[in-house]
Amino acid sequence: MTRFLKVAAAATAAMLALAACGGGSDDGTDSNTSGGGVSAADVDAALAKGGTLTVWAWDSTIKNVVTGFQQKYPNVKVELVNAGTGDKQYTAVQNAIAAGSGVPDVAQIEYYAVPQFALAKSVANLAGYGASGLQSTFTPGPWNAVTLGSSSVYGLPIDSGPMALFYNKEVFDKHKIAVPATWAEYVEAARKLHTADPKAYITADTGDAGFATSMIWQAGGKPFQTDGTTVTINLADPGSAKFASTWQPMITEKLVASIPPWTDEWFKALGDGTIASLATGAWMPSNLLTGAKAASGKWRVAPMPQWEAGGKASAENGGSSLAVPEKSANKALAYAFVKYAAVDEGKDSRIKEGAFPATTADIAKPEFLNTEFPYFGGQKANEIFAQSAQSVVSGWSYLPFQVYANSIFNDTAGKAYVSSTTLADGLKAWQEQSAKYGTEQGFTVK
Amino acid sequence: MAEPLAATTVRRRSWAGWKFVGPFMGVFALVFLAPIAYSIYLSLFRNRLIGGNSFVGFDNYTQAIQDSVFWSGFGRVALFLAVQVPIMLFLALVVALAIDSGRLYGKAFFRVAIFLPYAVPAVVAALMWGFMYGPQFGLVGNINDALGIALPNPLSGSLALASIGNIVTWEFVGYNMLIFYSALRVVPASLYESAEIDGAGPFRIITSIKLPAIRGALVIATIFSVIGSFQLFNEPAILRPLAKNVITTGYTPNMYAYSLSFSGQQYNYAATVAIIMGLITMVIAYVVQLRGTKEN
Amino acid sequence: MATPVQSHPGQSSSSGRTKRPTPRAAIKPYRRAPRRSTMLTLLTALVAAYSLIPLIWLVINATKTQEGLLSSFGLWFDDGNFALWSNIQQTFSYDDGVFVRWLGNTVLYVVVGAGGSTLLATLAGYGLAKFNFVGRRAVFAIVIGAVAVPGTALAVPTFLMFSKMGLTNTPWSVIIPSLVSPFGLYLMWTFSAQAIPDEMLEAARVDGAGEFRTFFRISVPLLAPGIVTALLFNMVVTWNNYFLPLIMLKDPDWYPLTIGLNAWNEQAQTAGSEAVFNLVITGSLLTILPLLAAFLLLQRYWQSGLAAGSVKE
Repeated sequence: MTRFLKVAAAATAAMLALAACGGGSDDGTDSNTSGGGVSAADVDAALAKGGTLTVWAWDSTIKNVVTGFQQKYPNVKVELVNAGTGDKQYTAVQNAIAAGSGVPDVAQIEYYAVPQFALAKSVANLAGYGASGLQSTFTPGPWNAVTLGSSSVYGLPIDSGPMALFYNKEVFDKHKIAVPATWAEYVEAARKLHTADPKAYITADTGDAGFATSMIWQAGGKPFQTDGTTVTINLADPGSAKFASTWQPMITEKLVASIPPWTDEWFKALGDGTIASLATGAWMPSNLLTGAKAASGKWRVAPMPQWEAGGKASAENGGSSLAVPEKSANKALAYAFVKYAAVDEGKDSRIKEGAFPATTADIAKPEFLNTEFPYFGGQKANEIFAQSAQSVVSGWSYLPFQVYANSIFNDTAGKAYVSSTTLADGLKAWQEQSAKYGTEQGFTVK
Repeated sequence: MAEPLAATTVRRRSWAGWKFVGPFMGVFALVFLAPIAYSIYLSLFRNRLIGGNSFVGFDNYTQAIQDSVFWSGFGRVALFLAVQVPIMLFLALVVALAIDSGRLYGKAFFRVAIFLPYAVPAVVAALMWGFMYGPQFGLVGNINDALGIALPNPLSGSLALASIGNIVTWEFVGYNMLIFYSALRVVPASLYESAEIDGAGPFRIITSIKLPAIRGALVIATIFSVIGSFQLFNEPAILRPLAKNVITTGYTPNMYAYSLSFSGQQYNYAATVAIIMGLITMVIAYVVQLRGTKEN
Repeated sequence: MATPVQSHPGQSSSSGRTKRPTPRAAIKPYRRAPRRSTMLTLLTALVAAYSLIPLIWLVINATKTQEGLLSSFGLWFDDGNFALWSNIQQTFSYDDGVFVRWLGNTVLYVVVGAGGSTLLATLAGYGLAKFNFVGRRAVFAIVIGAVAVPGTALAVPTFLMFSKMGLTNTPWSVIIPSLVSPFGLYLMWTFSAQAIPDEMLEAARVDGAGEFRTFFRISVPLLAPGIVTALLFNMVVTWNNYFLPLIMLKDPDWYPLTIGLNAWNEQAQTAGSEAVFNLVITGSLLTILPLLAAFLLLQRYWQSGLAAGSVKE
């Protein structure tokens, strides 16, 4: 027994020693490039010198960007790794930062997660490298998402998701349903469709944080406010309340299909008309193309239904940026890659592959606007997306711990979909749980 | 457990055994003991987004004891344990007895067929059953369409736990069956001869000879199943995207620890939850072992 | 995951009955071959059907294309579209043939991991069974105790430890944890206790042979069936390893098949990439085939091993 205890004690001591060397602590308060001390010249110098970069991105269009970048700058080698999509990626990045090793030089971060990384100072401020001059290059929604209204730039947008209503024209025509112009009309259309065909639904919804926040955004709600370390969460504000009360009948009257999104069943339902429409971001076409081939030619795109009759408001849903983790060893070179992918030739190759642009110039280009989508029966859908991008409601922000908050959306607000809890009460539960987390993490939560 | 007869020769070697056990224990210390020690250490601290790392003593433990999400997850796996483990072990035992009885046609086939699911990774099993459970287009949906009925969604409300239990049972009934069967195979023929001479019928043989003979296997199978149930993670985690509103992030204590660590970056609290679960599991496993081996 | 274990056969002797002398003139010959029962066979067949149906589902659906999956009945083929060969081809070539890499990785992890864990467990089980050393009783209790702690909580500390050692994202981060097999330990402990007579060891010691020599020359051949059984079970565990590799590995080039398949499954959820459920299903089928083959081929070994154990009585 004593020998065993000695071994155990030694192991424990070793562990504690290692832990004391900085393990377990979230990186945050160390060095921080506040934009000063670096310049665009550093970037050029880094490119001339060359080196290697590790890029963690899941978007399939990045592959050709890497090829193009390596061709343009032969003394730079880029290793592209798909470390997981969405929150799996964020977990991996956070784990690597906590462990202090294996941190990538470039990481793809969706807009809703940017505040979390920005606050923890896990990503570098790119303003000093020349990013601050790029404001006019990008559309307002994405630019705001990566700057958080400040002079710091935490990443460069690589795509955007202005919302639109995708609908199955064949189904709508069959039941003589007009394309709804307001959400009230949408709910009516839902009733009409489901009564006429109990197997069809106007849309599917099993509770999705991204959808709920985008809807609230479009309705003018501003439930999340951050001011330094003070956070306000109010999911009962006018915009949120409007969403909750308008959407409630969809759930209560079972007008939404209970098919979880991004599953086999969901794609099938989109293909055969069981799900007749989707209100989602402009990146959806390529997914419809590969996942719901059966419905090709039957779908069309329309502007998002409005909360006020005659309105033109829109919101963003999804979309990502490329950021440079603070712990990267070669930030200047990493910025060069990010700029290439977001602003220079990399952007063009991506748009060609179907990424929806976040740049003002590309959204305005005639060839872009005139693109005819065979999936939508030849419709020039980009016109609608571009218009939506211009009409995004301003002033929206996410929580500095949105990744966590979204992860518990279904635990809380999701109850509204499976029990008699109302959506309003569900949102309240989400608010309370998120507030609790914020307080635990040291924020002052109002 | 019965020990091999030891004479003075064995007692002399008081350290030689470590030459053999050492390598195993060395890796074991690295892979289990060190992380457990580190976990305990972590559970005494708290690392916040604002404010960094600080020592908090037993605060995490008091928080966990009052945490309703933790206890509801715990209650769920306790319920799972109470229902799924007996059903699975009973089924495994019955099949093992049936195969051992020699009354089956094609017993070699059954032995292999029922064991096969064990060879399927949990990921694949969950994916397969997930596809099949689909109420629109999965097998359940197909059956609904074909027979014109409306079976409830297997992943809704209270059915979800049972559906997960079904997957776990499917995965492990063959494994347990094989363990029991192997134990039955080594029951000495002499016992059967005596029983035959005494005129015992098949059921008497089962209750008086076979079951007592495999008591050890039954106890260990129960212990490992108990531990496995408390650690339930793979199947609900993989099925979660299909039913996010029912299978919550804290559905089982293990899932709770996982989401605390990875979504919430709350490693310290996660470590606390795990340590508490570990302690409870150890106590219950120990109780099972005591009751199981305290026998006439 | 429930991991039950082999019994300790030694107990049976304690519940044996003493043989009574038989005064009867006619002694009934012992018959160990009772009447076959159709009823019992049918009932057992139900259980077998339960076990096999999902696997049959897997085989049938591996023959369908992505669209076919969505449009045809779950338990029957997609008439006219038998796409098994093209699915298999696609599985091997998709994403620059990363599936082959995953297969290679899994083989590496299994050979080193299962081989290593069986070796360690055999050594340790033998040591526990045949030597009386200080701390012996504590060893097994500690092993069981550690196994009781939920793996997910150990994952993060293990991850942090391993990254400080520079091991994360390497094969070692998967192999080292898989070298510990508590089930293997228990199996080899009971097997060693039962299959190796002390007298034999004594004789070897008297002859002057060292412990390891004795072990390899004398004990291992006796333990062979148990070793094969432990190896087989450890192969299954390492082949199906999922959770810890998920955290340790970030580079798809080092993924084992389980994680790769899951990544393909999740691919459908990202904007711009394809839903490839048909490859997930075909890939799953290909993943389980080697294990099934191993089981069927090695069946004889554990049969003979366990039977050998009973002859010792």
